[in-house]
Amino acid sequence: MVIILLFILWESASRVFEIPEWLIPSPSQVWEEGIAGWAVYNHHLYSTILLTVTGFLIGSSVGIIVAILLHVIPIFRNMFYPLIIFSQNIPIIVLAPLLVIWFGFGMLPKLIIITLVCFFPIAVSTMDGLRQTSTELLHYMKMAGATKRQTFWKLEWPHALPSLFSGLKISATYSVMGAVISEWLGAKEGIGVYMTLASSSFRTDRVFVAIFLIMLLSLLFFALITLIEKRVVAWKTKGVETNG
Amino acid sequence: MAELTLQNVSKSFDNQPILSDINLSVGNEEFVSVLGPSGSGKSTLFNLIGGLYQPNQGEITLDGDTITGTRGSISYMPQSPSLFPWRTIVENVMLGSEIIGKTDKRAALSMLDRAGLSGYENAYPHQLSGGMKQRAAFVRSLLSPQPLICLDEPFSALDEFTRLEMQKWLLDLWSEHKRSVLFVTHNIEESLFLSDRVVVLSERPATVQREFQVPFPRPREESLLLSEEMLRWKREIYQELKGTIQ
Repeated sequence: MVIILLFILWESASRVFEIPEWLIPSPSQVWEEGIAGWAVYNHHLYSTILLTVTGFLIGSSVGIIVAILLHVIPIFRNMFYPLIIFSQNIPIIVLAPLLVIWFGFGMLPKLIIITLVCFFPIAVSTMDGLRQTSTELLHYMKMAGATKRQTFWKLEWPHALPSLFSGLKISATYSVMGAVISEWLGAKEGIGVYMTLASSSFRTDRVFVAIFLIMLLSLLFFALITLIEKRVVAWKTKGVETNG
Repeated sequence: MAELTLQNVSKSFDNQPILSDINLSVGNEEFVSVLGPSGSGKSTLFNLIGGLYQPNQGEITLDGDTITGTRGSISYMPQSPSLFPWRTIVENVMLGSEIIGKTDKRAALSMLDRAGLSGYENAYPHQLSGGMKQRAAFVRSLLSPQPLICLDEPFSALDEFTRLEMQKWLLDLWSEHKRSVLFVTHNIEESLFLSDRVVVLSERPATVQREFQVPFPRPREESLLLSEEMLRWKREIYQELKGTIQ
């Protein structure tokens, strides 16, 4: 609702004040370009989706593996935890050109950027989920004679899944941003490239198309993860109303 | 067969003696209650039997085998139900046996039925009431293959009425599936109503103060709780416990 209201406000403002198209295009103009320009940008879109999904998969796998390693081996935790936080303080904007210098314009530097952006929320949330396992349940597992492996797979891992998914959701939206940023640095195609080309040629309508595409992509990605979460963590919502 | 013995078991933490020279035994198919003031080291006792701690002294044996510091040789029911929220009830009750080895779903289902939990097999723990969760937790310990069950104040969080229901239910189920039981409680009446023998622990450092052989015949009825004899026994144990605190 608020979004629709905002659009109406924007549309009428650009008509009433006769704002030139190259400065801020009206929503209707953006919409028209979005429809008409499909043939122009669709290959950019596919390329970005591919990059985002690949980067996200690698990033989340790295995040999960790091979280498990740090959880299972406590010495690693003390050693590497500060390093992980440091890795998040490196400004991506600065790091990205360096990566291009080191690894060229191919997929690799882009995937590294997305992985860097993605893995942190996932690693931290998974680690927290693992660490916050109920002590009562842990005590039961010990008394029942469970091995470390059993305790992990039967208790700690399922316990961490809800927080793992919150990490995945955050990373899903980050990964789209990561992909676009990495494309700015130099790529043959992608929304990032489309955006750079559009803004350098004052096609503001196309810049807005790109912005909306990025938002839409993030939203879709987020929705997809939420859908998977509902299936995997079904016990959370099931039968809450029959509580008693 | 299951006979648990604790011989001269002592345990201290940071030079603070918690248990000192505990001698205790549970015979085959015997129901023994351990009664003690709160903070008397009852949980420590269980953690020792469960193999989570090593005693500073003494030995714990089960059927003649030393189980000191060995995990998984007893079946355990904690104070809180400790059911896993992502497992359905039937999956939860099979957990104990799953950890040790084989699971038997058919046995699990029939035991759940016997426990009055039929229709809830595929429900999740949060859909059950407190008493039902405790029943499921007890079924889980019954389905575990170990011959000795340790129950750690399992009914202390329940209200009076539910507790009585659960006690009768426990006796019912136990008389059908006889096991050796070690039951920790701070409720005198509960210990008398349920067990064959009551072991009274003293205050810290805990040691076995006295043992009572409970004379009531089985099966036991609710009316027993209000009988003169019960009151007399309660008084005697109460005096004994009071003596330990002073």
